[in-house]
Amino acid sequence: MRLKEIVESLSLSVITGKEQLDREITGGYCSDLLSDVLANAKEGNVWITLQVHQNIVAVASMKSLSGIILVNNRNPDKDTLEKAEEENIPILTCPLSSFEVCGKLYQLGIRAYSIFHYLVQK
Amino acid sequence: MEDNILKEIAYELKVSSVMNPNVLAVSGDENIGSLREIMRDKRISGFPVVENNVLVGVISLEDFIKAIINKEQDIPIKEKMTKNPETLFEDEPLINALNKFEKFGYGRFPVIDKDKKLTGIITKTDVIHGFLKHLKDKYYEEEIKGYRVSHFFDDVLADKKEITLEYEIMGGNFKKAGDASSRLKRTIKMLGIHPDITRRLAIASYEAEMNVVIFAKKGRIKAIVFKDKIEVYVEDEGPGIEDIEKAMTPGFSTAPDWVRELGFGAGMGLGNIKNCSDFFELKSEVGLGTNLNFRINIK
Repeated sequence: MRLKEIVESLSLSVITGKEQLDREITGGYCSDLLSDVLANAKEGNVWITLQVHQNIVAVASMKSLSGIILVNNRNPDKDTLEKAEEENIPILTCPLSSFEVCGKLYQLGIRAYSIFHYLVQK
Repeated sequence: MEDNILKEIAYELKVSSVMNPNVLAVSGDENIGSLREIMRDKRISGFPVVENNVLVGVISLEDFIKAIINKEQDIPIKEKMTKNPETLFEDEPLINALNKFEKFGYGRFPVIDKDKKLTGIITKTDVIHGFLKHLKDKYYEEEIKGYRVSHFFDDVLADKKEITLEYEIMGGNFKKAGDASSRLKRTIKMLGIHPDITRRLAIASYEAEMNVVIFAKKGRIKAIVFKDKIEVYVEDEGPGIEDIEKAMTPGFSTAPDWVRELGFGAGMGLGNIKNCSDFFELKSEVGLGTNLNFRINIK
């Protein structure tokens, strides 16, 4: 699934990275602890968080995440915006809570499952 | 790591590059009985049914056996086939095919183009072959990439060869936090080092940098790139760590509340560094500072 499809389905506002919405999403990860995201998010995941400071862009870029969804009507800091534009990281915002965003993404079929395990099992 | 690469491939590859384009299709006007020979000769257990190249259904071994038992071998295939079968479009990413295999449990899907014309067929075996072929290509690609840095080391004439990269870190400056490790990552990437190694280095150095920013007045990251490894030293003039064993415990942190509210100080940093490195050593003296050394081997 591509980012723009979830932007449409969840009516997200695109704050940065308008050119990057064709990115494929490999799954989702939800956490507000940066170390946890560094340890456990997977490449190409979309990240759901309430953190808005510019370090979220660094983390997303380190882990090559496909984008960041900010919840509860939170808006990114000015520095975050500049950094995100510089690093080409899409930032999306919405009035929903983390719980609701995750639930809706799950309904759309976004998982955190591994194709590798799938192939080995079959 | 390997499942990440597989995921990447599943999104990159299109159904058309993996499917078998030499698909054997039958006409709906033929009799059921006419399937007997091709099923036996080709050992195929199901066929797409077409009319003017447009897919109209599928007929399986099961449909065939049922029809034979009911002595219906003279009835046209189109009356016994499954109409409107599940299909895949040739330009869909392979991930969609994997999802469909899982969802329906079928052994194969006909592949069509946007005009519903049959262009191929895809089985689980085709998917696995596609993955293996692509993995092989990727492997060679990375071999070539990895060659660049070792090539450089081979070509430089010296008794001892290393590249030292040093970055200053300002304590307490959350605006600049992550800057040193992101510059380090970019440089290492430029040297053509394997992406997996670059990623591990980036995570470990970012965590180390954040520790300096949170706790110390200032510090530095020194990364020394050798032909076969990267040694990283992170030194700071900070308060030092009283009990290193305790500091290594997952979830333990002495970060102040305002730092935690930013999502730092989760007590996972040192563990993350250790997990990303092949060697890890932490030395600290209370009141003087902390010295961290970690190493990541290049193959």
